Amino acid sequence: MFAQAAELELRSVSKRYAGQREPAIRELSLTVPAGEVCVLVGPSGSGKTTAMRLINRMIPLSGGDVLLGGRSVLEREPRELRREIGYVIQQIGLFPHLTVGENVATVPRLLRWPKARVAARVRELLQLIGLDPDEMAGRYPAQLSGGQRQRVGVARALAADPPLMLMDEPFGAIDPINRAHLQDEFLRLQATVNKTVVFVTHDIDEAIKMGDRIAILREGGVLAQYDTPTNILTHPADDFVAQFVGADRALKRLSLTTLADLQLIAPNGAPPQPAGERTVTRETTVHDALSMLLAAGGKPLAVTNGNGTVEGLVTLGLVEQLLSEDGAAGGSANGTPASPPEADGAIPRRPGASPAEADRARADGAGANPAGATAQDGLAHAPATRDGSPR
Amino acid sequence: MTTTEPVIPNYAAHSSSCVIHNHTFCLNWVRENWSSVLWPALRQHVLLTLAAVAIGFAISMALALAAHRYRRLERPTILVSTFLYTIPSLALFELLVAPVGPNVFSAEIALVSYTLLVLFRNILAGLRSVPQEVLDAAEGMGMSRTQALVRVELPLALPAIVAGLRIAVVTIIALATIVYTIYDAGLGVPIHTALGEGPFKTELIAAGGLTVALALLADGLLVSVQRLITPWARVRGA
Repeated sequence: MFAQAAELELRSVSKRYAGQREPAIRELSLTVPAGEVCVLVGPSGSGKTTAMRLINRMIPLSGGDVLLGGRSVLEREPRELRREIGYVIQQIGLFPHLTVGENVATVPRLLRWPKARVAARVRELLQLIGLDPDEMAGRYPAQLSGGQRQRVGVARALAADPPLMLMDEPFGAIDPINRAHLQDEFLRLQATVNKTVVFVTHDIDEAIKMGDRIAILREGGVLAQYDTPTNILTHPADDFVAQFVGADRALKRLSLTTLADLQLIAPNGAPPQPAGERTVTRETTVHDALSMLLAAGGKPLAVTNGNGTVEGLVTLGLVEQLLSEDGAAGGSANGTPASPPEADGAIPRRPGASPAEADRARADGAGANPAGATAQDGLAHAPATRDGSPR
Repeated sequence: MTTTEPVIPNYAAHSSSCVIHNHTFCLNWVRENWSSVLWPALRQHVLLTLAAVAIGFAISMALALAAHRYRRLERPTILVSTFLYTIPSLALFELLVAPVGPNVFSAEIALVSYTLLVLFRNILAGLRSVPQEVLDAAEGMGMSRTQALVRVELPLALPAIVAGLRIAVVTIIALATIVYTIYDAGLGVPIHTALGEGPFKTELIAAGGLTVALALLADGLLVSVQRLITPWARVRGA
């Protein structure tokens, strides 16, 4: 159903608008491995949307080159190129005069797919995003909720199985509760479709949650740092990045780890507590567990697995230990097996990350591994590349 | 004035007493003169209107599409069509007789010139009402300008376009009643005859009523067509 994902490479990309002295994008170079989510994040004026629109040539390049699957986008006819790149924007831009089904069918129709193939594809996609095709395909966008519209926008962008997806603040107009829901849903979807994704946001928390890699841009379109979320939080390249990710970056880092990643303290045979408010599941983030520990005055919490069996205890000391490990060498990457041995180092670092995603992380190896090998790789190089950084 | 004196001079050899006494409305007369007077006038009226609106729509659409792509065309087009719109209709009809002649062409030129302003403005407003993010999505998904125009912009402009057509059609149906001043056609002819005779109430009410009924019918027809071709505009939020 979804076969394609391509590596994206930006080579010294620049954009200077006529009549403006300062370029909007300056010598931007970065590579997004196939199947990874790269989040472009930065304050307003950092050119993140411009950078995204240079990729599908909706804004012409002033210099440099963009390679999709090793091929320069400049060689391509722009319309043909865009039909190969999924495109999702904040206001979604569903066609109000077309039904949900017709909206999803837009690109396949532009590509002149046979009718039956288009119809089958529409059904498949609506099912994928959790909308009943029989009930929803005939509705108009005005009849959908904000979240449903956003899902249809994503389905429409995925319709022709594009090797690359561009998403410009796709959840920016959604209320916080539904946004978190849609973010989780998109991560689950991404675990299935495995697209290369360029995701623009101004929200660092969203960037940390969604990105396999984060590119932080500063004003004037200069790349401040391009790395995994963990590395950006543990080793911000400079003051700007440190300030942008926030003074609470240690806490943010804790939300990237779940209790399943920790080596819990053995419960010593006897069940320490009856199940209740002093009990948490393995899938709880360390961030939330810390909050509960603090609220309980530091008394240990019991951690249960899916069956409700207590697996161990988590204490303030354990969290402290994790933070000091991170501070010293970047978490578990220094060889401390903080995760179950069968995951061979691939930490499902997202809350609610699906088993499929963890499988992918294990199977894909170094190239497209969002959490395991790539993170370790980045960390291994960290001391060398960040000499003199103000940490 | 005595009631025995016939107002209508021997209009038909067998004039009823209703006609002779010029009562408010004589169904008899209408029945007898339908095929010879009223129906031909109505038919001509419909054709005059259809031709004027069709030609006016074609010209306005071309101008609006041009002004949609090249903004600087908008002001001169508005200026010219507003100027045409403000010329008193009787004067325009007479002005055209000299160069064109007292025929259907001068009638149509005048009628068409009155449709341009409203049609041009409504088509352009419709095209410009398409939300920016919708155009952005169309471009980002790889539509060409023509594809975006045909598949997205024109369909979304339909409500505004039909609104313009409704105004144009009703305006032209009313205006076509004075075509008789230069060309012998339309419902203006029986209205003029009735007025000239004293007035003859039945013919005046019949021809005037037909004009009003035609306008209402045309407007209703356009509303139905719009509902049919813009089903998305009827739905309400879930």
